[in-house]
Amino acid sequence: MARPTRDRLRPDLAEIAALIEPGARVLDLGCGEGALMDYLERTRGVTSRGIEIKPERIVDCVARGLACCQGDIDEGLQDYGEGSFDYVVLSQTLHLVSRPGLVVQEMLRVGRRGIVSIPNFGYWRIRLGLLLTGRVPRAGCFRDAWYTTPTGHVMTLRDFRGFCAENGIAIDQERVVTSGRALSRGLACAFPNVFAQLGVYVLSRRPASGAQPPHTGA
Amino acid sequence: MAGDEPQPDGALQRPELSPWQQPDSAGIVEAKFFTFAHPPEAMPLDCGATLGPITLAYETYGRLDERRQNAVLICHALSGDAHVAGYHSPEDRKPGWWDAMVGPGKAFDTDRYFVVCSNCIGGCKGSTGPTSIDPATGKRYGRSFPVVTTADMVRAQRRLLDHLGIERVLSVTGGSLGGMQVLEWAIDYPDRVVSAIPLATTARLTAQGIAFNVVGRQAILNDPNYRNGDYYDAEPPNQGLAVARMLGHITYLSDASMHEKFGRELRNREDYSYEFDVDFQVESYLQYQGRAFTERFDANSYLYMTRAMDYFDLASRHGSLAAAFSGVTARVLIIAFTSDWLYPPYQAKEIVKALQANGAHCAYYEIPSDYGHDAFLLEKERLTRAIADFLDLTYRRVAGEEIP
Repeated sequence: MARPTRDRLRPDLAEIAALIEPGARVLDLGCGEGALMDYLERTRGVTSRGIEIKPERIVDCVARGLACCQGDIDEGLQDYGEGSFDYVVLSQTLHLVSRPGLVVQEMLRVGRRGIVSIPNFGYWRIRLGLLLTGRVPRAGCFRDAWYTTPTGHVMTLRDFRGFCAENGIAIDQERVVTSGRALSRGLACAFPNVFAQLGVYVLSRRPASGAQPPHTGA
Repeated sequence: MAGDEPQPDGALQRPELSPWQQPDSAGIVEAKFFTFAHPPEAMPLDCGATLGPITLAYETYGRLDERRQNAVLICHALSGDAHVAGYHSPEDRKPGWWDAMVGPGKAFDTDRYFVVCSNCIGGCKGSTGPTSIDPATGKRYGRSFPVVTTADMVRAQRRLLDHLGIERVLSVTGGSLGGMQVLEWAIDYPDRVVSAIPLATTARLTAQGIAFNVVGRQAILNDPNYRNGDYYDAEPPNQGLAVARMLGHITYLSDASMHEKFGRELRNREDYSYEFDVDFQVESYLQYQGRAFTERFDANSYLYMTRAMDYFDLASRHGSLAAAFSGVTARVLIIAFTSDWLYPPYQAKEIVKALQANGAHCAYYEIPSDYGHDAFLLEKERLTRAIADFLDLTYRRVAGEEIP
């Protein structure tokens, strides 16, 4: 069987990979064919575990020698103890799960930090499309028609920040991706909720006192 | 990425050749025997008794490489034996029980790996069991054979590996009762197992599993020919053994596979007989399977093998399931099948959970299949895709090769 190629990571995965330090323990939720895990293991000496719901993707992961288990993250992460991982990653999957709040809480139970990437429904082209055509736009991560998409939830980056604030979750870092590129300056960074297609967030649990945890560097 | 469609089964087949001559057949193979544990060094068993001398019947396929790193140990299930693949003679009509998976170019590629399979102790296919002669009495053991456990079976296999000069196996694999042995191997001998592939198995036999074993044994024990196990010079308890096998067969299939295979088809008739003859195809199938089994299996062995399954409970032996797996260093690929109701996927997930709790390197693959428990013998394409790559990577890692 031909090996999956791994030389090109999806832009948000590359952004996520850059946030993870060498040697970390990483759990990748909805890891697909294991591209991120494979990359991290080979280039960063990371110890990775994955969960994926599709059986055929498990075979791909096994072919890459990855420790990936078939499972449904909507059922929680009860297989893993508290603080088992340095990072728990959820890339472009939060809008597909049935209980996003529970999933994020579980991520922060089993991991010191969570990293999520989410498609921004507040992206200007989507706003404009809805305004001008009166129909839900089909662009970026929202390619499918409303009646065929598995998407269960649509949210903007502002919505997500609100969710975090209301649930005692600290956003340690925010990165934005637009047109397949991670950006560090420009409009998308100044006004991400309008100009970013994807947001990448590093999350941690806010201490019970309510004090802001110190931001970690890059 | 390879497509999801299965490779045509006959791609390598050459119709002008006999089955044993096919390029992907293990060919003509022979049983070998290894005897050890001669008294006073008889092997201690979990039940407190000792057993010796012990003979193991085994078969090997392929060649052990120079660094002795390519050995794969296969553990058989309840009614299996050492004859995994190939044929015993050119006239042999049926190949070994996992011929679909073992042979040149197959999942367990015998051009690359050295495959070993031995008949379990307590079995009736050449290894020491109730049909063997007890050297103390000069008569067959029968019911005086000590009750053996899966851990005992594995202890005996370890002696065989010592004999073959295999310090570490590249992988140990097997389904059902064989899968239980795989788990025992990974737990009891972590430094001798590089990887483990348990299939369609559990970390403890459930009440439902024990219940089916009980009824099978009752059928044998209540057969008037059973005579407390001392039937070797008379008519054996074939009726009881056949009923046990029929019951077993039902648990190996699924509602969907039975519907697909038999439905309500009648056997050689247009209408019901309004008698208790064989009316249905499924009736005929079960009776045939029951009868055929009596020609190749011993009733006492059936009792002992099912008892070994009943006693299998890793959590109780080690305190908890997480504790059981705490020393496992092997990379584990766990495979379950969606329609297997004898060892349902949730039981495989319990193993996954316990391995995860220990940070073990474990992959879990739940194969969509209608074949029920028997799927581990039948889902050739899906199993091959997963296992061939898993073994390949494991072998490269052990051999220190660059992984592409």
